[in-house]
Amino acid sequence: MSTYTYIHPYRYENDPRVAAVQLNRPDKLNALSLALMEELITALEAFDADPEIRCIVLHGNERAFAAGADIDEMADADSVEMLLRDQFRKWERISALKKPLIAAVSGYALGGGCELAMLCDMIVASDTAQFGQPEINIGVIPGAGGTQRLTRILGKALAMELVLTGRFLSAQEAYRLGLVNRVVPVEAYLDEAFALASTIASKPPIAVRLAKEAVLRALSTPLEIGLELERKNFYLLFSTADQKEGMKAFQEKRQPRWQGR
Amino acid sequence: MDFQTLLIHNADGVLTITLNRPDAYNAVNAQMGEELLAALQTAEQDRQVRCIVLTGAGKAFCSGQDLKEVPSGESTFFRDVLRQRYNPIIRTLRNMPKPVIGAINGVAAGAGMALALATDFRIMSSAARFVEAFIGLALVPDSGSSFFYVRSLGYARAFELATLNRPISAEQALQLGLVNVVVSPEAFPQVVQRFAHLYAQGPTRAYGYVKELLNRALALPLEDILELEAEYQQQAGETADYAEGIRAFLEKRSPRFTGSL
Repeated sequence: MSTYTYIHPYRYENDPRVAAVQLNRPDKLNALSLALMEELITALEAFDADPEIRCIVLHGNERAFAAGADIDEMADADSVEMLLRDQFRKWERISALKKPLIAAVSGYALGGGCELAMLCDMIVASDTAQFGQPEINIGVIPGAGGTQRLTRILGKALAMELVLTGRFLSAQEAYRLGLVNRVVPVEAYLDEAFALASTIASKPPIAVRLAKEAVLRALSTPLEIGLELERKNFYLLFSTADQKEGMKAFQEKRQPRWQGR
Repeated sequence: MDFQTLLIHNADGVLTITLNRPDAYNAVNAQMGEELLAALQTAEQDRQVRCIVLTGAGKAFCSGQDLKEVPSGESTFFRDVLRQRYNPIIRTLRNMPKPVIGAINGVAAGAGMALALATDFRIMSSAARFVEAFIGLALVPDSGSSFFYVRSLGYARAFELATLNRPISAEQALQLGLVNVVVSPEAFPQVVQRFAHLYAQGPTRAYGYVKELLNRALALPLEDILELEAEYQQQAGETADYAEGIRAFLEKRSPRFTGSL
């Protein structure tokens, strides 16, 4: 593993099947620079390819998950530069990961930080977390999926309000609105995220992979096509040892012993 | 301290008392009653102990009075056991000038629920629940339960709890304000440790005064509370921890409290 400057990838000490990446630009509230994103995507893809890893947690520090993209890098660019750089397209490689990714968010998840959290599959928030898309306040709009994902998750009216006013959602509001899975005190949020990751890591991995794919499709394909994918994923699992073991254990009224294949 | 029915772990200022009769769901018998009182009294006296954690071994926190002990036929058992066993424990918990964390790992029923409610700060596993239990045997809430129910829930909900005997899930307990934090079972041990260490590193003597004031604020009129605060504030202001707090503030750093016990 090469050395990273802006992120810190590691294994969860209590469960070797769970990997984690900490965003590591604390002096810039983890502003998501080009270099940081490059490192992050590399590290996530490495964990995705590692057969030992079953689930990944992404987090910042108590004060900030990520307070936005790096403004200094783009402030003076013109349209053509931005178009050719197309920096946000690369972020979609995160949503292409096959393994489940949990964002553990404390403090600021704003702009690019909110978009990064929404690229993950689940969000565990600390009671200090704040979500928002304040790009309007610097003369632009969300560029890394905010308008698309926020609207799908919160519905038109709330997404419109957040994107047009730039206001923040508290952790409690975010929970009420279905943006995050749970809210816990800041002392507990990382433990909670890792506990969730551990639970998922203990499930049969191929089923997990195909379940994730099916759930993600529900947001981007018409129902009939989504249903067909779901069915095919379901049928696909009947070639796995874990499906045979799982159903046999059910019939024999005992706990299944997964083989991971 | 050498106990048969309790596990004691004392480290870094945190004294953890684990009720240890897991085969009996930590039901309280004569021996446990004696040992628990002794352990709590020792914790109160030991100046190295700055925080106490009360929890249960195995699946349950505490299932209350061991019913096998209750004699059949006429006796003064109930009155005696409350006066001699439970009430001293509840008094010690409430009067001890140190924070007591109730780590509710599993079901807390009857007097077990009272023990939990007699602590200062409660962390509950999402798999745990409260069971009133008394009324199921045509008994009344004891060990301070009547006091704790009505002051936490208000009359109507307290009456409901004490007469309909429906279990309260962790989620409901959080909503009702009966507990401070709910986390998943996998995250539970780490979260308890984090809060225990947080409290063990705090201004212990001040915590003791806070506890006294809040206990009294339930019963005394405002005038008396104002006077009591004036007295305790003077005492708190004379502690070494206060001096450290001010120094830390001026030096723009975190205070290092030693407890001022």
